Amino acid sequence: MSERVLRVEGLRVGFDHPQGLVQAVDDVSFALSPGERFGLAGESGSGKSTLALSILRMIKAPGRIQAGEVWFAGTRLADLDEEGMRALRLSDIALVPQGSMNSLNPVLRIQQQITDALADHGLRLTRGEEQQRIATLLAAVGLPNSVARMYPHELSGGMKQRACIAIATCLRPKVIIADEPTSALDVVVQRQVMATLALLQRDLAAAVILVGHDMGLMAQFVDRLGVMYAGRLVEVAPIAEIVTRPRHPYTRALIASLPSLERRGALAGIPGLAPVLRDLPGGCAFHPRCTLATDRCRTEKPKLRNIDGAQVACHLA
Amino acid sequence: MRGAFRYLGRNPSLTVGIALLAALGLFVIIGNLLVDTHDSRPLSVPTLRPPSRDFPFGTDRQGRDLLAVMVAGTPLTLRIGFIAGFFGVGLGTVLAFIAAYYRGLVDTMIRGIADIGLTVPGLLVLIIIAVSIKGTLTVSQMALVVASLAWLYPTRTIRAQVLSLRERGYVEVARLSGMSGPGIIFLELMPNLLPYLAATLVSAVSSAILASIALEVLGLGPIDAPTLGMTLYWVNFNAAMINGWWWWWIAPTVIILTVFLGLFFLTVGLDEIANPRLRRSA
Amino acid sequence: MQAAYVARRFGVFLLIVWLAGTLNFFLPRMSGQDPVRTKLLQQAALGGYVQGGIEEMTREYERRFGLDKPLWRQYLTYLHDISQLDFNYSIANYPRTVRELVADALPWTIGLLGITTLLSFGIGTLLGALLAWPRAPRWMVWLMPPLWALHAIPFFLLGLILTYLLAFQMPLLPIFGGYSAGITPALSWSFAWDVLQHALLPALSIILVATGGWALGMRGMTVTILGEDYVVFAEAKGLRASTVFMRYCVRNAILPQVTALALALGQILSGAVLVEVIFGYPGIGTLLYQAIRENDHFVIQGIVFTVIVALGFTTFVLDVVYPWLDPRISYHRT
Repeated sequence: MSERVLRVEGLRVGFDHPQGLVQAVDDVSFALSPGERFGLAGESGSGKSTLALSILRMIKAPGRIQAGEVWFAGTRLADLDEEGMRALRLSDIALVPQGSMNSLNPVLRIQQQITDALADHGLRLTRGEEQQRIATLLAAVGLPNSVARMYPHELSGGMKQRACIAIATCLRPKVIIADEPTSALDVVVQRQVMATLALLQRDLAAAVILVGHDMGLMAQFVDRLGVMYAGRLVEVAPIAEIVTRPRHPYTRALIASLPSLERRGALAGIPGLAPVLRDLPGGCAFHPRCTLATDRCRTEKPKLRNIDGAQVACHLA
Repeated sequence: MRGAFRYLGRNPSLTVGIALLAALGLFVIIGNLLVDTHDSRPLSVPTLRPPSRDFPFGTDRQGRDLLAVMVAGTPLTLRIGFIAGFFGVGLGTVLAFIAAYYRGLVDTMIRGIADIGLTVPGLLVLIIIAVSIKGTLTVSQMALVVASLAWLYPTRTIRAQVLSLRERGYVEVARLSGMSGPGIIFLELMPNLLPYLAATLVSAVSSAILASIALEVLGLGPIDAPTLGMTLYWVNFNAAMINGWWWWWIAPTVIILTVFLGLFFLTVGLDEIANPRLRRSA
Repeated sequence: MQAAYVARRFGVFLLIVWLAGTLNFFLPRMSGQDPVRTKLLQQAALGGYVQGGIEEMTREYERRFGLDKPLWRQYLTYLHDISQLDFNYSIANYPRTVRELVADALPWTIGLLGITTLLSFGIGTLLGALLAWPRAPRWMVWLMPPLWALHAIPFFLLGLILTYLLAFQMPLLPIFGGYSAGITPALSWSFAWDVLQHALLPALSIILVATGGWALGMRGMTVTILGEDYVVFAEAKGLRASTVFMRYCVRNAILPQVTALALALGQILSGAVLVEVIFGYPGIGTLLYQAIRENDHFVIQGIVFTVIVALGFTTFVLDVVYPWLDPRISYHRT
């Protein structure tokens, strides 16, 4: 157990809304081995971004962590005070945000956004050492050194994303949480950025949680995949397993909906709409859209069980 | 009706604003019944009496009953503000729509004039205008003078609002379905702008009242009118504070305070209706 | 290119100056008033001159002031004069020139306005940012309502109230003037102290009211900025709270505040003018007030022109400084 670099157990995160509690993350548990690539897939509103933020204890009111534990390399994160948590962020667990959006401070140069992280984590470097470090970081993400003195608005979407990766890895973290890092980029740039991320991850021997909704991307990048639906983990399995033998009806529908270059015909979707997290159906959250739903599905919430090396939360698996 | 009251409960600013202005209105109405407004003219009553049962607000050096002055003067001051404010927002709205809708050279010109006009401190221009007019001003002339500049700021802000609304989807839909320019303006844009226009109007009235009071305190107002600003002018002229005639300046000060606080809270309340995003702030 | 931007802004400034001058010139003349004759008639009424000589004197003065030449000639002469800061003589205080009078009064106003604007903007902005910051001390919330209410009232009104409370009821501070009567201005500590005492009430009237406005605006902006992605990322980077506050929140929220400052200058000045009148503070405001009372057109015009130029220049400076604060605004755009 102590070889696991990150462990999430029974995490529950809710948002207090005047019209009711929104259960964004419902009893999620998983664990990461060092250097492992873990994917977290789900549609918008499935709770994956909330999960990522709650690992870093960055949930703000009206949201709160209701239950569960997060362990990082043997340390229980709930035991850390605010200062301890702050020190842990970026240096041990780093977030790579969606950089092509607004994640970079518009009035600071890129190098300033690296050095302020270094400084606030206690690193005392000379100007020369700083410049050296920045140059190395930028090179590692495939950016020319001239980027250091630029402002975010002077960079393209792909360059901004790489800059975010550079910032996120400047303290050589052991866990990288990449939250939809390529969602707003075109496919060519996507490929480049993912390749960069893969290279860095191997070099740092860091574990990566890739949060996203692109199953194709997941298939190419991750070792293991967790599928989220309505705030719950419904299936966790090695990627090869999931793609060839999806066990949960939702996962099956997701895989089936991927457009193929070989087959032709109508695109397969999933009937119905994603549930409103404030008003979840009883029992299994997917049952209104599931073609195989039984009475038990409507009343009893399925738990994640082990089946042949995969974990599935379905009564019918 | 019940819904309206409940909304007032959730919008404290609006409630306070309406309450203050209503109190002022009541003061004027009841005051008019209780007091002879002719006593607001000079040489009507004994001079420099502190507040008493006969003269609840006291009297000034020229023999005016200050209560009568307040009762007569408040509507005058408010009238100037309303005329100038309505005119300013009216003209401002028209110009803003023209500029925002037709864009191009027209927009650049209107925006340029408004911007330059706003750089220049309005009060000074008003002073020049007021000084240039032969003889002293009447109340209505004051209103016109203030109105001449009152359209600058509304034009700017309303134009910005229209521009932001213009980009919204329903305008495109309207245009694609063949609605004409004026049609779009009145049927699509206006209803969404109304709360914002209301807030801008109250704001403009407040600025206009301030401008008129400023001109009056400087001595450029209608000399014979018992307006609030003129009262303060006489207070200053006669060094009422130093001479200890405290009642003379307290009455107009309190009333002016009520006017501005009332208008301010009203503006904030209307802003909340127009821009609900503000509600969720800390 | 940077030079083109600066040149464009300067062009706007010159346009404003020209407009101010032209306005100053034409408006009074459109009413057909004759300041010289009016003044002479006034003096005649007071001192009992012989009526007969008035016409000759008027003509002579008009010749002296150049008022007998054709209008367009006068206009050009006027433009030439004001470009050299020659605003003619003061009608009421002849033979003192307008320039002298303005030069005497201007430093007082600049001192008062400069210090109060800087203080209220600085304190208000910082306060506003803190009020929006979730980790600010709880007691700060109580500052909001009084600041809010105060900022709705005009400066001079608060001036009246403060005067009554602090200068009259409790004679803590002087009521009137820039310095005590009978003292000659000198560069000494005692004089400076005297000036400070006299300036305190006017300054307080402005600061207490203006701070609320800046705080409110900054608070609104900071609340918006707090929801931005880059603030979330800044926290995820494990930056210290103070760093996130200053470098990520305030540094961004302050940009619209500076714009607002540039726009508000005119209003602040107007308010300050009235404050000076109420307190008899020897600045531009009081000078203007007296000039209006004495129908001294040249002084009025001189003041209005000077103020418009000063404000136009300040706006110009702020316009040029702004792109330096916000790197997204390049010098290329208008």
